[in-house]
Formats: sequence, C-alpha cells, structure tokens
Amino acid sequence: MKSAVILFPGINRENDAIAALKQATGTEPTLVWHGDTELPKTDIIMVPGGFSYGDYLRCGAMAAKSPIMRAVAERAKQGVTTIGVCNGFQILTEAGLLPGALMRNASLKFICKNTHLKVENAETRFTNLYGAGEIVEYPVAHHDGNYFADSDTLDRLEGEGRVVLRYCDVDGKVDPATNLNGSQRNIAGIINEAGNVLGMMPHPENAIDPLHGGTDGRNLFKSMVEAAS
Amino acid sequence: MKARVHVTLKNGVLDPQGKAVHHALQGLGFDGVNDVRQGKFIELELDGTDAAKAEAEVKEMCEKLLANTVIEDYSIELA
Repeated sequence: MKSAVILFPGINRENDAIAALKQATGTEPTLVWHGDTELPKTDIIMVPGGFSYGDYLRCGAMAAKSPIMRAVAERAKQGVTTIGVCNGFQILTEAGLLPGALMRNASLKFICKNTHLKVENAETRFTNLYGAGEIVEYPVAHHDGNYFADSDTLDRLEGEGRVVLRYCDVDGKVDPATNLNGSQRNIAGIINEAGNVLGMMPHPENAIDPLHGGTDGRNLFKSMVEAAS
Repeated sequence: MKARVHVTLKNGVLDPQGKAVHHALQGLGFDGVNDVRQGKFIELELDGTDAAKAEAEVKEMCEKLLANTVIEDYSIELA
C-alpha cells in the first residue's frame, strides 16, 4: 500500500498527514514537492493542511496551479483515492477537482478547537468503517472554511450523497447554532462525482492517537486503505 | 499598457469582511452607509499596445487565476 503527500511552500501539517498514513498503511508515505511534474506510483494521494503560498490571492489558489497538481488531477481522474484536508480542501476546489469554494469564516475568526461531525454518507471509500449518521470528533484549525456553492450545486451534492460530513453538536444536531464557520448547509466535507476525491476542513489526521484526545480519525484512514487494497 | 482588474464577490454571496467594515464604519458615526462589499484591486503592467488582445489575455488570467468565478466577479479596465 503506497501513499504520497504533496508538499507546497507554507504547508505545515505534512508530518501529521504522514503519521496518519503511516499508521494506516504500515509504510512510509512518499513526500512529493510542488515543483515536481510526476507522481510516484501510489494508491492514496493526500494534500495536507497549512498555508500554501501564505494564502496569497485566495487560499489554495497558487498551489492549485503548481506543476504537481496537473499530475494529481490526472491520477484523480484515473480513480486514485485523493484526500485534501483544510488547505488541501481549498487547493482541490481551486484546482477544480471538487465543486464550490471556501470563504472566510462567517465569524471572521480563526477557529481552532475540536468539533463534532455527522457522517452523512458512510458508504464512501473514506467513511465505510463508520456507521451511517455516526457522530465523530475531529479538530478544526482554519480561517477560511466557510463552504460556498450555488444552490443548484448544493442540491446536486445532497441528491447524489456527496455531502459526507456536516458540522453538528455532540447529539448530532445540525442547525445554524452548530454551524461552526457559516458553511452552506453545515457542510464540512464533500466528495467528487466519481467518489474517489474527498475534501474536508476538519483534521482526521489529528485524531489518531489517544494523546490527541481521541482516535475518531483512524477509521477514515483505515477506510481508505481497505478500499484501496 | 496597464490593466486594472477589480475582483468582487458576486451578488448573493455573503461578504463577512464587508459586513465587519460596515459595522466599524457605523461605530465611527458614518450612519449613511447602506452596505459595504470588499474586493481586490490588481494592477498589471503589460507588453504590447493591442488593447483587444490585451483584454482577451487579461480575461483569461482572471478566469484561470485572478478570480474564482464560483464566488467572484471581475471587471477589466485598460489604460
């Protein structure tokens, strides 16, 4: 089982991504630099969190146009499991691999805390070890996680079961009061039409060890590995 | 030739930064402001003198990088 982590200047969560992938796959992921044009043979691609290019212009805009992203788009099109977390989600939307955009949090504040999420679709290759509607707890750390798409796109995402995670409270209540950052319809994570690309703002890679305060994120990585093997 | 590009959030897209600025202006006593929308201004120094060609090229730049047309509109002014 091979995995690759894409590294852009300003990314700072690559070691967390590596730790989670290593735990789930049993092998060391390959780090791939943004200026490279080729990806090694890999079963999983992870675009980690951070502040690529200092969030200049728009979060993820520069990274989305870097040479390696052409190779990532190509592999994603071929069906390789691809996950973007936080800045990685922003990069995947800017690259056109996922619909919508991530805007400044409605509160205008950087939000760094644990949040509850509802697994809305437990039949994806990222979530099939969770129960349908299961409530999980992951940390979030972002300033621009406010998911926006026009209502037609949102309806399509909902209709096709592509809303994978929603912000909620400990009891799974999804409403404006539990909407962490102003995202349309409390959306925290979505998949592409083919189901092999996931973008999410919360950090499952920071919920894989009891020392993190919880291990709810492990099953996300395990799901990916099982689906890819 | 210079191109000036304005990038603004589309109508209907909530602008929390504009709202905060509006709020701050009200706090300063500027009561006559009905709404604030915040955007970006990008100035480009271009080769060549063909305005039509320049405009087409800047439009492509906006579509590919300078604006995110999911949430933003842009306008181009050549000088």
